[in-house]
Amino acid sequence: MTSEPIIQVRNLHKWYSGVHALKGVTLDFHRNETVGLVGDNGAGKSTLINILSGTQAPTEGEIFFEGRKVSFKGPADAMEAGIETIYQYNSMVPTMSIARNMFIGREPLKWSIGGVGILDTKKMAEESVQAIADVDLHLRSPDALVGELSGGQRQGVAIARAMHFKSKVMILDEPTNHLAVKETQKVLGFVKSLKELGIPGIFISHNIHHVFECCDRMVAMARGEVVLDKRVEDTSMDEILDVL
Amino acid sequence: MKRFMKIYLEKPELAGVAFLVILTIVFQARSGGVFLSAANLQGILGLLPEVALVAVGVTLLMICGEFDLSVGSVFALTPMSMAVMLEAGWPFLPAFALGLCVALLVGFINGVLTVKFAIPSFITTLGMLFVARSVTVVISGGFPPLLPNGAFPKWLFVAYVGPGDMFRMSFLWFVAIAVLVTLLLSRTNFGNWVRATGGFLPAAQSMGIPTKRVKVACFMLCSLLAGLAGSLQVMRLGAPLPSIGEGLELQAVAAAVIGGTALTGGIGTILGGIIGATLIRVIDNGLVLSQVDANWFKMALGALTVFAVILNAWLRKTAKSIKVETGK
Ligand SMILES: Nc1ncnc2c1ncn2[C@@H]1O[C@H](COP(=O)(O)OP(=O)(O)O)[C@@H](O)[C@H]1O
Ligand SMILES: [Mg+2]
Repeated sequence: MTSEPIIQVRNLHKWYSGVHALKGVTLDFHRNETVGLVGDNGAGKSTLINILSGTQAPTEGEIFFEGRKVSFKGPADAMEAGIETIYQYNSMVPTMSIARNMFIGREPLKWSIGGVGILDTKKMAEESVQAIADVDLHLRSPDALVGELSGGQRQGVAIARAMHFKSKVMILDEPTNHLAVKETQKVLGFVKSLKELGIPGIFISHNIHHVFECCDRMVAMARGEVVLDKRVEDTSMDEILDVL
Repeated sequence: MKRFMKIYLEKPELAGVAFLVILTIVFQARSGGVFLSAANLQGILGLLPEVALVAVGVTLLMICGEFDLSVGSVFALTPMSMAVMLEAGWPFLPAFALGLCVALLVGFINGVLTVKFAIPSFITTLGMLFVARSVTVVISGGFPPLLPNGAFPKWLFVAYVGPGDMFRMSFLWFVAIAVLVTLLLSRTNFGNWVRATGGFLPAAQSMGIPTKRVKVACFMLCSLLAGLAGSLQVMRLGAPLPSIGEGLELQAVAAAVIGGTALTGGIGTILGGIIGATLIRVIDNGLVLSQVDANWFKMALGALTVFAVILNAWLRKTAKSIKVETGK
């Protein structure tokens, strides 16, 4: 690891009224690698991710992004910094069109007063068509409702959205849950392509095969702690299953 | 052609429009042509803004995923506050502004209680329904004040205008406001946030939308429109009764639902709410013209509401089953 890590997590704790979900997690994420985060249900993976993406605040501990200490007040702060997260439950509104979903919270405006203004719908349509084509997804029209897409297509749109906003780090929290085999392969293909695009990634899955298939480094968590942190070539599935 | 069909069947207002057309034909026939006469239309259009403005606010709030059962009480409280101040000798503008501020405050309290304590707005606004009504009666002092003659600009709010005095000024206000709210919902980023917040709250939150503030803003807007609507009615009648607007909250919900707004949030249009409100006025008026016992009104309204939702669900399902390729 030559360059400075893009994200440094130091002694992170999280309490949920009585549940100690993170017990002093310290981790570095580097610029040139995709990290696979594995662990049983309830290990604290999502909690760690939620803190990195600004949806939850840590009880204790520090996060450094590109060397600077950050404390995100909400997801908007994290997205502003360049951390894009794709959630297992899918952060798309099914009753809205693809174009509108692409820009939720970051709508291009023709003009505005006090943060509220008129949407530039033409730009939204054009850029969403481009963004979707860029991730090699083929959809009929940006006006189609997200609710009409398959689970895999939805994750594709979520990924297109993250790419469009030039994320510096991409976090994927169980993006392949509830997906058919073929669609899972597409999402895995995308995770692999992150490396070529030069975007560091954090990929969470309960399927260790998937993680081994597309990551450079393995981090295993159990009961709120990091119990293993190794390059893929230095570990094996058996070793990981052992520590969990 | 299939795409065309699908787009139309998916329009949430479709069922409402269909009912409106059918009922217009029925009432026109049954009333021997009186229903669509200029005099009768003038009557319908004169009363429509009052229900329809409330329906516009309630529809917006329901799209945002929340309810407001206190609109009927705000409908009475706002003009009562205004009338009390007018009686105390305040000029019109400050008294009117105070009334609208009271409405905004009620909406603010509804919104903050709902989002802060994460309780269903059904409950918070049910409480507010009683509180605001009670305050209205208390400040009226038991004797509703008469609006002093010339205390408010009749020409600006309730005077007849247009060819053949077809409209009241209140109708123009209503059209302007309806257009503004429609644009707010469909053409601005705020409208996008409203739909996202009501459509799927976790997604809206994870995309960094200030969902709590969006909800509070919608509560305030809804309450403001109810207060304005009540003020228009009081200016038309010339006296504020503490009992006006009773039951209006449910009529407004019925209007929104008939117009295709989903109780679960995220789905609906302002136009749909207006069509729903128009239908309610049309039924009320049409039954009277057809010399049907007025007590049938609620029966018709109830049946229509349920039937409209069933029809809407069926239309949406049919639209969904028309397969159009979403991908290649
Ligand atoms: N919002 C929450 N409120 C209370 N407890 C929570 C919440 N989120 C997670 N937890 C608890 O924290 C622990 C870690 O959960 P989580 O981070 O979701 O694990 P994972 O994603 O690895 O399955 C679990 O015991 C879970 O029950
Ligand atoms: Mg999880």
